[in-house]
This record gives sequence, C-alpha cells and structure tokens, in this order.
Amino acid sequence: MFALEWDTILAARSIIGAGIAVTLQVTLVAIVGGIAGGTVLAMLAVSGSRPLQLFSKYYVALFRAVPLVMLLLWFFLIVPQILRAVFGLSPSVDIRLVSAMVAFVLLESAFFAEIIRAGIIGLSKGQFHAAAALGMTRYQSMRYIILPQAFRAMLPIMMTQCIVIFQDTSLVYVISLGDFFRNTVSIGERDGTLVPMLLLAGAVYWAICSGLSGLVRFLQNRTAS
Amino acid sequence: MKTILSTCLGAAASAVMLLLMPVAASGQNAPLDGTLKKIADDGVVVIGYREASIPFSYYDDAKNPVGYSMDLTAIILDRIKAKLGKPDLQVRKLPITSQNRISLLQNGTIDFECTTTTHNASREQQVDFSNTFFAIGTRLLTRKSTGITDFPDLKGQNVVVGAGTTSEILLRKMNADQGMGMNIISAKDHAESFLMLSTGRAKAMMMDDALLAGERAKTKDASEFIITGTPQSREAYGCMVRKGDAQLKKLLDETLAELQTSGKAVAIYDKWFRSPIPPRGLNLDFALSDDMKALFAAPNDKILN
Amino acid sequence: MGYNWNWGVLLQPVATGEGATYLGWILHGLLLTAALTLAAWLLALLVGTAFGILRAWPSRLCDAIGATYVSLFRNVPLIVQFFIWFFVVPEVLPTAIGDWIKSITPSTQVFVVSVLALGFFTGARICEQVRAGIAALPPGQLQAAQALGFRLPQTFRHILLPQCFRRILPPLTSEFLIISKNSAVASTIGLLELSGQARQLVDFTAQPYESFIVVTLAYIGLNIVILRLMEWIQRRIRLPGMMGA
Repeated sequence: MFALEWDTILAARSIIGAGIAVTLQVTLVAIVGGIAGGTVLAMLAVSGSRPLQLFSKYYVALFRAVPLVMLLLWFFLIVPQILRAVFGLSPSVDIRLVSAMVAFVLLESAFFAEIIRAGIIGLSKGQFHAAAALGMTRYQSMRYIILPQAFRAMLPIMMTQCIVIFQDTSLVYVISLGDFFRNTVSIGERDGTLVPMLLLAGAVYWAICSGLSGLVRFLQNRTAS
Repeated sequence: MKTILSTCLGAAASAVMLLLMPVAASGQNAPLDGTLKKIADDGVVVIGYREASIPFSYYDDAKNPVGYSMDLTAIILDRIKAKLGKPDLQVRKLPITSQNRISLLQNGTIDFECTTTTHNASREQQVDFSNTFFAIGTRLLTRKSTGITDFPDLKGQNVVVGAGTTSEILLRKMNADQGMGMNIISAKDHAESFLMLSTGRAKAMMMDDALLAGERAKTKDASEFIITGTPQSREAYGCMVRKGDAQLKKLLDETLAELQTSGKAVAIYDKWFRSPIPPRGLNLDFALSDDMKALFAAPNDKILN
Repeated sequence: MGYNWNWGVLLQPVATGEGATYLGWILHGLLLTAALTLAAWLLALLVGTAFGILRAWPSRLCDAIGATYVSLFRNVPLIVQFFIWFFVVPEVLPTAIGDWIKSITPSTQVFVVSVLALGFFTGARICEQVRAGIAALPPGQLQAAQALGFRLPQTFRHILLPQCFRRILPPLTSEFLIISKNSAVASTIGLLELSGQARQLVDFTAQPYESFIVVTLAYIGLNIVILRLMEWIQRRIRLPGMMGA
C-alpha cells in the first residue's frame, strides 16, 4: 500500500499536469483579481464618504464571516446562471473553473483590502498633508504618494497571503474541480494507492510553499538591511 | 446578499418561464423547444458524468469518462446531432456527484445526464426521467471473512453507503425502525465507500449490485469479497432531463427503446459487464438479471417497486 | 428551471425516519461546529505553546524541532492535512493500532481526526505567535530571573509565558474565529458539521437554496457571537497601560 508505483504516476502524468494547470490558473486569477479588488475596497474605506466606507466595511465583514468551503459551494450550485449572464460566457466554458475564480477573487479582495487599508493607515498623516501642500488632488496623492509606499510596506504580508491563496485553492475539491490535489486523490482512489498519492501531494505542496516562504524571508531581510 | 438573491431569482424565474412554455405537439417537424432549442442556439451540449461509478461512468487512464452509461450517452449525442442537423455540435462533459446532479440540471449547468441515477417519486417532483436503461437491486458487499450474509448480520457494525443515495435512506430507515445500532458512514462517492470497506473502516457496504461488482473488480484480491444479502429495493436507472422537457425526453426514450429492442443494448451490456474493461482489464462477470431481460423485452419509463 | 421555494421543508421530518426535522439537523451541525472549534482551539493552544516554548528555548536542537513542526504544518494545505490524518495515519501506524482506530464509531472518528487536524494546523500559527511574544520581551527579564536564582523552566513558567500570553491575546482569540471557519473543511472527510449538513440537506430535500441560506446565516451568526466574546475577553484580561489592542 505504501510503495509509490512510479509507473502508474507516470501513466497519469497528463491528469496530474492538467490539475497543476488548474491550480496555477485559480491562484493567479485570485491574486491579481484580489489585489485589484482589495485596492478598490481599501480606497473606499479611507475615502471619507460614509456610505462607501460602510459598503467596504460590510463587504469585508460578510466575506470574512463565511467559510471558503461554503462560498465555493454557493458559487458552484447557485450562482452559475448569474455568472453566465454577467460575463456573457459561452456555454462551452467550464463553469466550475469560473465559479472558483470568481469566489476566490471576491474573497481575496476582502483579505487584501484589510492588508492594504492597514498599510495606508500605517503611513503618517504628514504624507497626506505634504501631498496636499504640493497641490496634489486626493487621487494624485493616493496614486503617487500613498499607495506606492503602502504597497512597499505591505509587500511581505501580501506575498505571504499569496502563498495562503495557493494552499487554499486546494479547497476547490468540494466543487469537484480537478485541481492538482483532487486529481491526485482520484488517481489514488481509482488505483487503490491513496496513501502514497496523498503523501506525494503533501510533499509537493510542502516543497513549493516552504520554498516560497523562504524567498519571502530572504526578500524581507534584504529590504530590512 | 439581498440583491444577489433577487437577481438570482429573476434569472431563475425567466428560465422557468422558458421551460414551462406549453409544449406544442412535438412531432417530427415541430419547432425545437426546451433544452434541444437551447442546445441548437448555443451550439453546445453539456452532459453530466460520474468520476468513479464503475462500470457505468468512470475515468480511463486518459481521464476520459467511459462506461456502459457513457456508451449510451454517446449514442444519444449522435441522435441529437442528427436531429439538430449539427454534426459538429460541441460536447462538454462535466463531472457530477449525487449531491449536485439535480441542482446542476435545474440551474442549467448540464443539459441531461445518463449515469447511475435512480428514477424515484421524490426526484420526479424536481426532474423528468427517460426510459429506464438499467435495473439494479440494492445489496451488500463484504469480505468473506466477516461471515456477513444478510442485513440482520449488520447489527452493531460499521456500514458504509454513498451519501445521498437511496441505499442511504433505506439503511438509515432500517437502523431507526429496527434499532439495529449500526454506525452508518456516508461516503461522498463509490470509490470512497469502497475505500472505507477495503481499509477495514466499514464491515460492509450497501449499494446497487452492479456498482458493487464494479468496485469489487478494482481490487487485486477481488475473490475475497462477496456480493450478498436480500435486495432491499429494486431500482431503475433513467436519464434525467429538466422538468417538462418533453422533446428531449422523447428523443431519449426513442433512442433507448430502439437500442434495447434491437439487441444493441445487450451488446453494450456484454462489453462492460462480461468482458475485460479498462483501465486494468478486469472482468466483472455480472450476469444479465431477470429485471434487465424484462426491460430489454419491453422498454418503459416506470419506477420499479 | 422550475424552482419551487419551500421554506416549510425545514420543519418536515427527515426522510430517513430518524425522528428529527431538517432544521434539527442544521442545529445539530451548528453545535458540532461550535464543539469542534472549541476543542481544536484548546488543542492548538496546547500544541502551539509547547512548540513555541521549544522555539524560544535557548537550545539549537529545540529550536530546530519547533521550526520543523511549523514548516510541516504551515506549508501543507489544510484539506491535505485532513486527508493525511484520516486516511494515511491509521495505515502508517502498527496494524493493531490502525485497526483499533478504524473500529471506533465513525462519527467519533471523524470528529477526533478533525480536532487533531485543525488543532495541529492552527498550533503551528500559535507556535509562531508564542515565539514572537517571548522574543518581544526585553532580554533583561530572562537575566533578572536567572539572577534571582530561577531555573529555566521556572523562568518560562512564572516570568516569560504569563507576560507573553497577555501580549498575544488578541491574535490568539482571532485564531478562534479562523478555526470556526476552517472547521468547514471537516465536511470533506464526512463530519456532519454545519456545511456538511448543508450538503446533506441538499441530498434529501432537493431544496438547495433554503438549506444554503439558513446555513450561511448560521455561520454569520456564529461569527458575530465569537466576535462579541473576543471583545469581552480582551476587555477583561487586558493589562492596563500595557498595550492598545
């Protein structure tokens, strides 16, 4: 039961490869979309307009209150119809992949919003005043003064969040989207090699994530010194 | 959330209107309606398959869904292409589970599914079923060494069933009614059920006999397992189509009836139940039951029992 | 699509003849989620503190053991850890123990596995918080304790840990909230907690919208209760003048 049958893994390499592609796609879209959405939400939160602040606050609170598993199931079972209409998707698009991407982008926007908002608040008030004294508009000071500094300060936390996202994409298991983990499990179940396949999956995730967190630490030390 | 919901309801409502429009006499030249019209308009048909229901619908080594039900599906798809006059119709295949198959059909994600879905009265309220394409009995799979031969032997044992299957309802009812003290494990699919059995977590597994034969054929020590017990129910597998979708149902009914009466269905049966099948070249050696013989002689869409 | 709203279904007796209603199933799931969260949090505190002390202990070996634990449990996704605890661990242990584990009542089994998986996963995060909390204390604390004749275990027990815990209380309580959400992953190994019940309800009622709405509201309610509880605890335990939040 423990012997890794390398030949069966080799035979299944196209399945595993397809799974890795899905994992990477979802991760990438979640990061890019999450940072974009998070930036917008963070700007709303510091915008000074009460309704916009409240919207941002409740959005973040709602998405952080619901478990990711539930969110994915919601988007898979219930929302596909809307997604089709909103994005004008051709019916040939794999709806599970789109559901997962949308669910992740919406959720990660909430997380990135918190990170970026903390970064903006962490800057001294003087930055805003100085920008205003230079005659910059609110938008200009955000764009050229505040956000670049906030992003630089928050870079390590954001990169750590990206690693968390990479790990969390494995939860697409619940909507039977064949990512790396799910495909590894289905091969294991089919061939009766679940134990070695699970260990293999764990080892691969461990190698990638610990490598990336090492990289984050390295960059952190370099910018610190 | 409220707005999301109301948009959702709006979309649902319009879909309802579309599907519930009175079905005009669906003769050969009647205008397309329901799902067939949707398929014709989109140029795409989406079918559901199961990832691990040997030998009905499961993955071969290239991760293509294959099996008895998939062969039937392929023939039905050919018929749809012919009817719509679209030989290059795009076919999209989506894996479904017992949990999501009805929702996915209702919300338009899949257009129909022929896999291993039992035609029963409660499902009939949500969806429509085609002619029956397979008949099974729900029985037990166990290791010979356990000495279990029938359901009363399960008292106080761990027993595994597939979540959301009719077997689960039957077994839990039996447990409650007869105070058998069984610990019932609900596994998410057949592969996981069998995993529970083969790793010793469960002493027996209750399921459709044909699927039990499929699971047994997966192992290297198939001879250690037996299919046993009095069938607790006889069930008919049908293809699910959306409620009120008479045109698609008619196409499915006719296709299946023709296969069954012409003897082609028996050939497909022999291919999957009486010959070596992928991916490991195992033979299920599962004889044609009396219910199946009766079905092939007289195709119908009746609920069994 | 033909979706018929039927909220009454929640009050109907379940199809399996077990004398409950579907709403009762949801409430049972809510209780299980709460129990799992609490048990996993306590385990995480225990494991996290133990390894956190190892990491702060003035010994290279101890630090390395602590660091290995953190690396293993932080760099593997939670769902993979659940599967490994459930499917792999009983097979790797000696056959007798593995068989004994597998003979335990299945519902107990998945609950215990879920507590272990969540506890060790969260413990890795708490370990780092404890280590950072101790590292943030002025080094004079340790030196003063030793000057007073405290041995190392005593120093940790009476000087370092109490201060560390008050300092890291806010993140520790946030972990409670995080566990309550992560607990939904337990449904993938068959635990019928809240999200597991949501799926079971879909199976048996074929009314997915009602089930999902009620379960989602239950999660939001649970979240609010935990947040209130966290605020209350932090107000009670906060050291005056030591730190803001």
